[in-house]
Amino acid sequence: MPDLGFDIAHMLAGSLVLVSLMMLYQDRLPALINVFAVHAMLLAGSVAWQAYVQDEPQLYITSAIALGFKGVMIPMALRRIIFRLGIHREIEPVVSTGLTMLAGMALVALAMVVMLRATPEATPLAREDLAFALSVLLLGLLMMVSRRNAVGQVVGFMSLENGLILAATGARGMPLVVEISVAFSILIAFIVIGIFLFRIRERFDTVDVQVLDQFRGERP
Amino acid sequence: MNLSVSLILIFAIPAGAAAVLALVPGYRLSSRINMFASLMTLAAGVSLFFIPAHTDNYLLLDDLNIVFIVLNSFVGFTTSVFSASYITHELDTGRLTPAYLRFYHAMYQVMMFGMNLALIANNIGLMWVAIELATLATILMVGIYRTHEALEAAWKYFILGSVGIGFALFGTILVYMAAQPVVGEGLPAMVWSVLVARAGDFDPALLNIAFIFLLLGYGTKVGLAPLHAWLPDAHAEGPTPISAVLSGLLLNVALYAVLRFKMLLAANTGALAPGPLMMAMGLLSLIFAAFMLYRRRDIKRMFAYSSIEHMGIIVFAFGFGGPLANFAGLLQMTMHSLAKSAIFFAVGHIAQAKGTQRIAEIRGLTASHPVLGWALVLGVVAIAGMPPLGVFMSEFLVVSSTFARESWLAIPLVFGLLVAFGALMLRLNGLAFGEAAGSTAKVKASYLPMFGHLALVLAAGVYLPPALVLWFQHVAGMLG
Repeated sequence: MPDLGFDIAHMLAGSLVLVSLMMLYQDRLPALINVFAVHAMLLAGSVAWQAYVQDEPQLYITSAIALGFKGVMIPMALRRIIFRLGIHREIEPVVSTGLTMLAGMALVALAMVVMLRATPEATPLAREDLAFALSVLLLGLLMMVSRRNAVGQVVGFMSLENGLILAATGARGMPLVVEISVAFSILIAFIVIGIFLFRIRERFDTVDVQVLDQFRGERP
Repeated sequence: MNLSVSLILIFAIPAGAAAVLALVPGYRLSSRINMFASLMTLAAGVSLFFIPAHTDNYLLLDDLNIVFIVLNSFVGFTTSVFSASYITHELDTGRLTPAYLRFYHAMYQVMMFGMNLALIANNIGLMWVAIELATLATILMVGIYRTHEALEAAWKYFILGSVGIGFALFGTILVYMAAQPVVGEGLPAMVWSVLVARAGDFDPALLNIAFIFLLLGYGTKVGLAPLHAWLPDAHAEGPTPISAVLSGLLLNVALYAVLRFKMLLAANTGALAPGPLMMAMGLLSLIFAAFMLYRRRDIKRMFAYSSIEHMGIIVFAFGFGGPLANFAGLLQMTMHSLAKSAIFFAVGHIAQAKGTQRIAEIRGLTASHPVLGWALVLGVVAIAGMPPLGVFMSEFLVVSSTFARESWLAIPLVFGLLVAFGALMLRLNGLAFGEAAGSTAKVKASYLPMFGHLALVLAAGVYLPPALVLWFQHVAGMLG
């Protein structure tokens, strides 16, 4: 029996994974930020759909946070930062697009195998949401390790958080405590990042993490 | 007064104090408020001994977490005393400004709030939020000097810490997913005491994956070997009081979270045994850190690796399980917290007196600063596990219980312990004895916290009060 609710949820969660993969090969920062904005908006759509399907009105708040805060405000702030730092034209050497994409595909496959095997009893929607969420999480992690630039790492971290929210909303009836706290923690995390970015700029005039590595504490 | 108020007080006092400290400008006053609030928190923590066990949807009080809370509040208080004299020197040398100190004191209490809340939480979501909050507060404090090294350390801590946080939350969600078909939707499916009572009916496969994520996530915070990279930097570059609470407390809080989930897994017969995983990570941390100790040039960094080594021993002991090994693990954890924070108190003043943290430039401490020098000697001897101090006893118990059941596992364990012992003695010899080098200027130190801790460690090695032994035995039984 065709089930529209399931299909739409599936499509939205699946597109999140696709956009995560797209983020992997963006080598210019403004483009990366744009793709991240799309990622956050898709998440907002997915969460809103879950709110409707599960009849959990409080999830709309989570969706609104994803849309307004992560889809609009943070990309704007990040864009302002990179323009002010003058790094918007730089091409960031990603490890190697082909290699990263291969690793990304392997991670998605891993997530599917692990989650679909482990959850035979859960509802199909919850299972697939969880599998997609784990893929997004692992792709975010891959992005964090393959980027040298601090802004790139931050975007990777936020896409990882998006995966977590997808998982949390996919779990039926998970108490609101968690959703609000997730939103809060992202907020706090971003304040932290903001402070760090500004301090880093102040001190080094660069946000390239490889330059930071020169200041390793362990010198002869 | 109704004593069960102290359940709330142990985290309400730090929260209130953080708000007050954010508003108080003078650093003398705020360091006193910091001490006073920490003392009150300790008093509330001790009063928990006199109230009955408590369980509701958010808070939980049982014999296990009282141990952690009292230890946490105690070291929190002594560190605040040490911090008061430490920061005066930092102000004089201009490394910190009064505005930063206001921030520092507020963050100190936010961190205490997060840790105590995590320890008393019965809700696994709440516990996650609280540990996250404590971590964010320490990240900000590690970066407070704003030097290149401090910022790099804070950034590294932030990145690795967030990955850990993400994994832990995913694990938490999976636990909820496993519980939901059995317990039903909503709040009860995140309440630890409900979960552990009904864990037998959960889907084992889902629980297994959840535990892997939780072990990796919270294990990052514990500083277990493949995930430890943030720990030495954060210890070396932050203010020394923060190094003391990181080693003495935050690692324990993360360990507590791992232990709670281990108990959850143990209640399900179909799930994998968490013990071997924890033992493997513990042994790896121990041996890796023991070898790393030889090559350190920075004194705080060296003791940070020693913390990794000890957390390895503790995780190994809890992973090994059984009444004796759990008892040894608890004792080792308590002794390590006390001894390591005492060492950091001494090292903080030594680094201030000498104006450097480099081991090569610090020599002959017992000649130039006799009291600090001997405190360091006593602390290092304690942490290396020499009799008759407390750490010797707990390490002896870990080794002997391992030998009794799985004798071949005792070989890598003893090997790691000996390697670490050699490294610490080698470095101590250079640091404490021989010709004095560098500045011999007097330093205004607070000796009470470090000697208080060391006296407790010595006392525990000579004589453990029977009441404490009974308590620990009971908790060891709970841990299974």
